This record gives sequence, structure tokens and C-alpha cells, in this order.
Amino acid sequence: MFTFLSSLRTAPLSAQFGILIICIYLIAMVFAPWIAPYGETEILGSAFEPWSSTYLLGTDSLGRDMFSRIIYGARNTVGIALATTILAFLVGGLLGIVAAVMGGIVDQLLSRTVDVLMAIPSLIFALLILTIVGTSTSSLILVIATLDSTRVFRLARSVAQTVVVMDYVEAARYRGEGLWWIIRYEVLPNISSPLIAEFGLRFCFVFLFISALSFLGLGTQPPLADWGSMVRDNATLITFGDITPLIPASAIALLTIAINFVVDWKLHNASGLKDE
Amino acid sequence: MTICEENLTSETVKQDTQADSLLTIRGLKISALLDSGWGEIVHGVDLDLKAGEILGLIGESGAGKSSIGLAAMGFARNGCKLTEGEIKFDGIDLMQASEKQKQSLRGARIAYVAQSAAASFNPASSLIKQYCEAPIKHGLMSSESAEKEAIELYKKLNLPTPDLIGFRYPHQISGGQLQRAMTAMAMSCKPDLIIFDEPTTALDVTTQIEVLSAIRDIVREYKTAAIYITHDLAVVAQMADRIQVLKDGNTVEIADTKTMLSAPKEDYTKSLWAVRNINREAKQQSVEDDYILQLKNISASYGNGTQNVLHNININVKRGQTLAVVGESGSGKSTTARVLTGLLAAGEGEILFNNKALPLNYKKRDKETLRHVQMIYQMADTALNPKQTIGQIIGRPLDFYLGLKGEKKQARIKALLAQVDLDPDKYISRLPGELSGGQKQRVSIARALAAEPEFIICDEVTSALDQVVSEGILNLLDRLQKSLNITYLFITHDLSTVKAIADEVVVMLQGKVVEQEKTDVLFAPPYHEYTKKLLSSVPQMDPNWLDNLLKQRQQERNQS
Repeated sequence: MFTFLSSLRTAPLSAQFGILIICIYLIAMVFAPWIAPYGETEILGSAFEPWSSTYLLGTDSLGRDMFSRIIYGARNTVGIALATTILAFLVGGLLGIVAAVMGGIVDQLLSRTVDVLMAIPSLIFALLILTIVGTSTSSLILVIATLDSTRVFRLARSVAQTVVVMDYVEAARYRGEGLWWIIRYEVLPNISSPLIAEFGLRFCFVFLFISALSFLGLGTQPPLADWGSMVRDNATLITFGDITPLIPASAIALLTIAINFVVDWKLHNASGLKDE
Repeated sequence: MTICEENLTSETVKQDTQADSLLTIRGLKISALLDSGWGEIVHGVDLDLKAGEILGLIGESGAGKSSIGLAAMGFARNGCKLTEGEIKFDGIDLMQASEKQKQSLRGARIAYVAQSAAASFNPASSLIKQYCEAPIKHGLMSSESAEKEAIELYKKLNLPTPDLIGFRYPHQISGGQLQRAMTAMAMSCKPDLIIFDEPTTALDVTTQIEVLSAIRDIVREYKTAAIYITHDLAVVAQMADRIQVLKDGNTVEIADTKTMLSAPKEDYTKSLWAVRNINREAKQQSVEDDYILQLKNISASYGNGTQNVLHNININVKRGQTLAVVGESGSGKSTTARVLTGLLAAGEGEILFNNKALPLNYKKRDKETLRHVQMIYQMADTALNPKQTIGQIIGRPLDFYLGLKGEKKQARIKALLAQVDLDPDKYISRLPGELSGGQKQRVSIARALAAEPEFIICDEVTSALDQVVSEGILNLLDRLQKSLNITYLFITHDLSTVKAIADEVVVMLQGKVVEQEKTDVLFAPPYHEYTKKLLSSVPQMDPNWLDNLLKQRQQERNQS
């Protein structure tokens, strides 16, 4: 942790900005009930009230406070995206390394299965499955994690393949080490930087994907606050020249940009390029 | 050289003062970006080069040879910068010159030949196309005349089928040919200066000769000045008119080749010379047929098994001795090691270890067998996991094979580090990236020793190291053998290493064993024909060695 902080001091401005934004989001997530002036699902006034000192960003189509819902939205949208990404990495990353280390028939079997899953456009596939199994939060997480783990699998497999041909992996095999040791101690530490970079990017994609699904009505279900569905619910306001629906949209955009700044910085470090 | 001559325009200098200074470097300092910030790696080096002269730059790795070589083109590698000093090429100040000005010089008047030709060619474009790039770009020739000249140069460099070879792709010709094609490319604009950065280091001795003589002839013919960077003294003795010895970014000594070889002044230079003459007392002959390992009628192949790379190999290794396997690259010596370890399962034959047949595939061998046959790799860089500390790397076999844990394990790790002459407290928690090449190789040795093996395979363990460091490694291995009675199988292409360490030698050629002999018998006549060629190809310190050898070979060819 200390080394992270000290490396942050030498980080470029864009990365520092990114970290700052991410921290603000995290604070909003954790302390939502204390920051938000009203409850998440509380109906307070009439629909579409303008911005005022009582309702900072006005109210939505059901008369709920927009500002409070945006803060709670961080919890749902970011929380679900995070859980999904972690799951996708556990499954996809592990299987990817296994495929690279074992090779042969195991590799073929896993890779071809992944090819089949990747052949179907993910949004359509997700819509299809969610329509069949229903739109609970857990099925949302499982479906998106499965779809995204295929991408993680591909990356993990290809970077692990460059590592498994190294002499130290051969030395470990020749020593008689088992599969788990090779994965955990020989391969994983050496591919962690591209995987961490991919984690950041993948998180953005998942996050946008959930917002898109919510916008289409298959993501987070009402009355839970979610930035994607908030854009949809209040979209009519745009026609009256009110920019309120753009605020949850820009909350999504800002976090995506912030994460990419941090990822760029990490990637630059991992590439070993040096500059003044 | 006088000041007024230096101020003349470049054209007149080039024509009138052939014998005068072409390149002058004064007080050059180069800094590199280290983890802790900028650090100076070259501390004020002077260098003079006359037109048509060949200067040899030698020193061990990290001495700053390559950085100085690149600086002669006004170039600094990524993460390096030229901080101070003066670089004058033919009157042009390269420290002040704009990037555009320098680019117009590079390729046209200064050329560079890199160590690894295979990594420096564009694999997706034919050789002749890459040859023509520079002359066309600098507007010196049309592509037809450039191609014609390329064929001419290929002929002069003794490349086979010079008319056609240019249309091949880099992966279709051998390493030695590729290195010559690169030299041709460097000559394409008839530059005044070529920088050769270890052009033969990656080649084996027999190929090295061809490349050396080709480079030397062509450089002399076109009267090109050259800076020849190498860590091999015997090579530089053949090539250079003058030698400059570097150490840790400082000049140690400069002298004519003959003077330098016969009467080196500085202690450091003398120590470089001494390495070539390691002598080891002969070991007591063990009982005649106490074989620890026997390979019987081994044949092996890669891939689908249609083409054998090893044909009917028979090798016997006596207990407590060192057997060296020599041969040029592609002779199957490394494959023999892989078959022995079982990493490549042999197609046919038998491996006897302590008179007991071993399974041919390592996966079928038990832990105890695996423990007794250890391996040390050529490249310590890739053989040590960069994310594990030295303590973890050495500790794992202790834990895995011998079940040592906690305090006992730590104590054993420290003892092993001390055994390979590394300070235990200093190195135990470091990562491999923080060690030098020689230190990494010592860690590899400690890892092999940790398993307490009876037999160690050393696969070209010193070929990636410079002479001073590899002498240390060889002495260490020798000392360990005496105290622990370990048997070595030593794979190498360097015959001076063989002389230094081996009791017996196996010579391999094209996947077959040519002969197996005791070292002193092998290095004395009568020789087997191939062994003779191999022995005579090892560069000697005598500056006339290459001339004499080429003359002799020519005579033999004429006779037959």
C-alpha cells in the first residue's frame, strides 16, 4: 500500500486525477445513506420538479429526489459491475492460464468453447438469456460475467503462453511441480500487470453494458436506482431543454474516463518504456 | 590532427586528409535512467578514429561499450542520454546537430551492424529490399543500381548464390549468412564509418570465422573506418588496428593491437588476458567402468517424429567426472540434454542412471530420480522467475525435495548462497532483476545444488557471460565438484571452456557422435577430421592467426 502511494506521487497528472475521481465514487458508494439528503425510493413531491434548494437536482418522473438517487445509483451500478468483473476474472483468468499451461486437448476444448460463446453478439446473447431466466441481480451478474470471462480467457491464455515457454517454468515442471504451483507461483505473478490493466478496462465495459441493459429495461430493476435506467426514465425532459437526464449519463462517462487514465498509467509502467 | 584541419568543411577533409581524424570523442558522459533516477554510466571517455582505421572496443558487459558505439552516431538508447562532452564526426558536431542532420548521416555515412541480425532484420521483407532502403532514401542510387550493387557485395561477402539470395527472407538463411547480409546492408551507401556491435558473439566458432574474414576483407577493400565492439579478445586481435579497453565506463588502456597483446600495461588488461589460460589439475581417474549415466542407442525427433535430430547416440559418463559435449549450433548437443532430462522423450534407446533404466519421459520419473539429475540453463535471465526472490527460488527445491521448512530452510539457503560466493544477508531477499548476469548464474547453480543432486547438466552456462565472469563460474563449478563429488555433463561450443573443465569430450555433428575421447587425447594429434576443423576455428590471440588459418585452408582446398 505504501509503495502504491509513493508511486502515485510520481504518477502523471491524468492518473492522479483518475484516482481522485475513483475515490470520490467510492466514498459516495460506501457512505450513500449519510450523504444523500433523502431515501433511494422515497416519493417526495410531484413529478419533474425543477432544481431548487430542497431538491438539488429536481425530482424524477415519480417525484423522487434525483440527487439522492444518483448517489445510491453509484452503489448499484458500480457494485454490480465490480462483482461481475471480479467473477469474470476469476473464471476466465484461471481457465485461460490452465489452457496455456496444460496445452493439448484441454486447451483445444476450452478455447473452442470460448470461440462458440464469442461468436454470438454479446448484447443479443445477454438479452436472450436474461429474458429466459429473468432479471434478478444475481442472474444479471452471472450472465454478464460468463460473457466477459471469454474475453478475459483469451487475454490470460495468450499472455500466459508467452510465460510458459520460459526456462523457469520448464525448470519448475522438470522439478516435478504440480499444476497449481505453476499457475500460482510461476505464471500468475508474471502476467499480473496486463491482467490488472485489463481489469480496469473490462470493468468499464461491464459497467457500460449494465447501463445499456438497464436503459433497455433488462438490467437493474426498479425501484432500485441505476444510472442507466435513470437516463431512460427522465429522457423526456431533454425535449424541454432540461439537462437533468444527462447528469447520470455524465456520471457514467466520468468514471469510465477516470479508470482509463489510471489503466493507461499502469500499462505504461508495465511496458517498461522510460521517459523523462 | 590540428585545430584548423578540424574546422575545414567536411568535403575537403574527406578528400585531403585521408589519414586524419574521422571521429573524435572528448570527455563523453552518458547517463541512464535507473530506478533511482538518472545515473552516469560512462564517465568521460575519449576516442579517436582515423579514416580507414579499425578500432577495437573491448570490456566486460556493462562497461559501456555499446553505449559509446551508439554515441558515435549521436544516438542514445531509450532511457539513456548523452549528457556531456564532444562528438565530432568529420567536422560535424553530433552533440549540437539537429535530429534531421544526424539522420541524414546515419545509414549514408555512418552505419551500424547489430549483435543479433535475426532480431534486427524486418522478417516480412526480403533481404535485397531492406538493402536498397537506405541508398534510395538518401537519394544516392536508383533501386536497379542498388540491387546490382547488392549482388556485387553479396558475392564479395561469399554468400552462396549471390544473385538469388537477396530475394530470400531473413528466416530462410542461417545466422552467419544473415550477419553477412547485414554487413552488406551497412556497406550499401559506402559509409565512412561502420560500428560493429558484437557481430559474431551469437555465432559458433566455425561460422564466426567466415563472418570475421568477410567483414575484414570488405572493410579493408573499401577503406572504411570501423569501431569493432566485442568482449572476445582473440576476435578483436584479428580485426583491429588499435584496441581500447573499457571498464565501468572509463578507458583503461589504449594501444596498438600488437603492443596491447604483447605488453599490456594495466592490471585489468592483464587479467583479461589471463582468463584464456585457465589450467586445472587433472583429476584422479575413477574406476574404469563406474558409469553414473549411460545413453544407449538414443534416437530422438521433434514434432511428429518423421525426422530424427539425434541418430543412435551412445554416451557414457563416469562418476565424479566432467564430460563435455561440443559441436556447432544445430549439432544436437542441447537436444541430447533435453532427452537426458526427459523433457523431450526419446523415440528409441535406453537411458541408464546408476545402472538402472530411467523412463524416457520425465513425467514418469519419480521425485527421487528428478532430484538427482539437475539442470543449469544457458540464460539465467529466463531460468529464474523474475517475480520470486532469491530466497524463494533456492528455497523451493529444499522444501519440495527435502521437506525443509522454516528456520532450517533459511539456514540452508544461506549456506548455499555462501557456497556460491554470494553474501547471504545481502542477496536473500533480492529479485533476479537486481543481479548481474554472473550473479544470476550463481543463483541457478545454488538452486541446482539445493536438490543435492548426483548429476548436473550444464547447458552453455557461460556462453552468455563475458570472460572474467565465466572464469569465476567455471572455477566455482570445479570447486563444487571436488567437494561434493558431483558429475557434470557440460554442453558448450566454446573449446577453451572444454579445455578448462572437462575430463572427457564428446564431439557431435549433425545429430551424431563423432568421437568420445579423454580431453588430453582429443586436444593432441591425430585428430578426427571434424574435430580438427573445430579446434582450428577457435580464435587465438595471435593477430596473424586468421590470415594463416585462411591461407592454410585455401592450400588444403587447392591440394584436394
